[in-house]
Amino acid sequence: MAEKRLRILVAKPGLDGHDRGAKIIARALRDGGFEVIYTGLHQTPEMIAEAAVQEDVDAVGLSILSGAHMTLFPEVIRLLTERGAGDVSVFGGGIIPDEDSNKLKTLGVKQVFTPGASTEDIVKWVRENVQPRD
Amino acid sequence: MSTKQEWLEKVYKRSDERPVRFSTLSDMEVEPLYTPEDVKDDYNASLGQPGEYPYTRGVYESMYRGRLWTMRQFAGFGLAEDTNERFRFLLAQGQDGLSTAFDMPTLMGYDADHERSMGEVGREGVNVTSIHDVARLFDQIPMGKVSTSMTVNCSASALLAMYLVQAERTGVPWSQVSGTIQNDMLKEFTAQKEWICPPAPSLRIVTDMVEFCAKKAPRFHPVSISGYHIREAGSTAVQELAFTIADGLCYVQDAVSRGIDVDDFAPRLSFFWDLHSDFLEEVAKLRAGRRMWARFMKERFGAKNPRSMMLRTHAQTAGVSLTAQQPMNNIVRVAIQALAGVLGGVQSLHTNSMDETLALPTEQSVMVALRTQQIIAEETGVTNTIDPLGGSYAVEALTDRMEREAMDYINKIDEMGGMLKAIEVGYPQREIAEAAFLYQRQLEQGVKTVVGVNKYSIPEEIPIEVLKIDPLMEERQIQRVRKMKRERNSTALKEALKRVAEACRSGENLMGPICDAVRQDATVGEISDIYRAEFGVYKDPGWI
Repeated sequence: MAEKRLRILVAKPGLDGHDRGAKIIARALRDGGFEVIYTGLHQTPEMIAEAAVQEDVDAVGLSILSGAHMTLFPEVIRLLTERGAGDVSVFGGGIIPDEDSNKLKTLGVKQVFTPGASTEDIVKWVRENVQPRD
Repeated sequence: MSTKQEWLEKVYKRSDERPVRFSTLSDMEVEPLYTPEDVKDDYNASLGQPGEYPYTRGVYESMYRGRLWTMRQFAGFGLAEDTNERFRFLLAQGQDGLSTAFDMPTLMGYDADHERSMGEVGREGVNVTSIHDVARLFDQIPMGKVSTSMTVNCSASALLAMYLVQAERTGVPWSQVSGTIQNDMLKEFTAQKEWICPPAPSLRIVTDMVEFCAKKAPRFHPVSISGYHIREAGSTAVQELAFTIADGLCYVQDAVSRGIDVDDFAPRLSFFWDLHSDFLEEVAKLRAGRRMWARFMKERFGAKNPRSMMLRTHAQTAGVSLTAQQPMNNIVRVAIQALAGVLGGVQSLHTNSMDETLALPTEQSVMVALRTQQIIAEETGVTNTIDPLGGSYAVEALTDRMEREAMDYINKIDEMGGMLKAIEVGYPQREIAEAAFLYQRQLEQGVKTVVGVNKYSIPEEIPIEVLKIDPLMEERQIQRVRKMKRERNSTALKEALKRVAEACRSGENLMGPICDAVRQDATVGEISDIYRAEFGVYKDPGWI
């Protein structure tokens, strides 16, 4: 039986324009065989949750380098849950200190990647940990 | 003696090379040896003496023997009074110019009390919502004596107006105000990605500022044409060189098309380069940039004033090269990158702090970064001779090659109708994304090395103390902004904002009306809202 291709939304919340990482990850995930939708910059949590529902994705990857991760991650999860999409896996990356990363995991973020993580690690993690939604 | 070709084939070939790819950081393949055969330049035409056309060897005749570069550390966080304190610390440490980092809301044209500012106020830089924040930022700093650089782009017109009006209020006439505002919108669309309206109206606002400064604040640098962000977004050194010069050509063309004499504004255009880790490549880039700009200004635009032809530049060590792993290694990277800047002849320099991949730098690490510049300036002796690498076969050959390859890009962009058109179709954006992806792959395959990351890594916990921002700070700024908005004269404000909107439509220079509006306490967000309403909002096409 052919496996359903996972659909991943790569999202760049916040006001900053640091999209180098997001674009590289988007491309690596696409090369890794997933269907990838990239939101572009300057997204609000509402726009991201809306796009995730509209596009019926299995996971949302957030790229945050502004320091606002403690506000933005929980907000995206809350809005996804509000829209009945609480089972979408939320992961992300950026300049995120360990103590924040641990706290984010207790708040429902599935994985946090920090500088130095390779695209290969991320593709592998998605392959092994993201479940297709029904 | 054998020729280079004979030597390569008969002598060099006998030896074994290490099994690595001999290429620059930007993946330009490098030959084992450069000789006089590789450097066919005519000295006068291609190099010239320092301070003489085409300025390859330096824009000033005495260079660092006359005056060292300006040591200008970029700083900003929290409320204006927090940054003011850091500014005064830096001036006390022997720094001679200021450089302001603003937070994301200020940079994107939102007030502190806007919902999109939530969680971002004062975090990556200082929050400036109104002229009152500018007053706090420069409290006790003589605005007529200390030159200030402000790194802000799409909301630059509001910040420039606030800066000028605040100078005027402290008794400093505009004719004496010196400083720089980044205001390079073209590179925003390709690299830094902070924008409000689409490229064409963005360019119009920039040119309004160029024109206004030429007439009213002639010592102020209205645009800092920036390669820094292009490189940090992942471009190669050649792309940084090509796209930056192409951006500069676009600004000059736009101002000239308005009928402004090139020599009335070009002497106040300045540049901002990235300094990455490939030492010779960076030195060559800086030298090639000077030669290219001089030739374009003279040949394409008919500039007569030599100052219009001089590419004067600020430079910053590459933030993107710093690693979170083994962060003390960053001190070494910064020192080598800064040395490339000095040997490349920059006029002003920022050295990054070792902890910048983690958070805003602490006072201790900023001091090490500044001391790095002081060591280069006063201990190493490299400032004794002008352009000491000039004449090196390798450096001259690389300088020529960078110019040649950058010219290929510029010719292509010219064929597309110039940089504005190229940006509208995403050409430089895609080129940069492609280069960034390629580099990432080379890193993961071990073709390129980053010490402590993909080689020589160790199990470690990162011990550096990082600057923490007070979480109550955002709330304080929001309350302060709300109070200011309640207390100002709303009738006069509305009238002033209406005139800004009218100028957007009529084509009148925007800066006069914006200065009047900030005198009535108009905020960064309110002026930006006028742009949003009049010019529309640019949406990221999200090319990957």
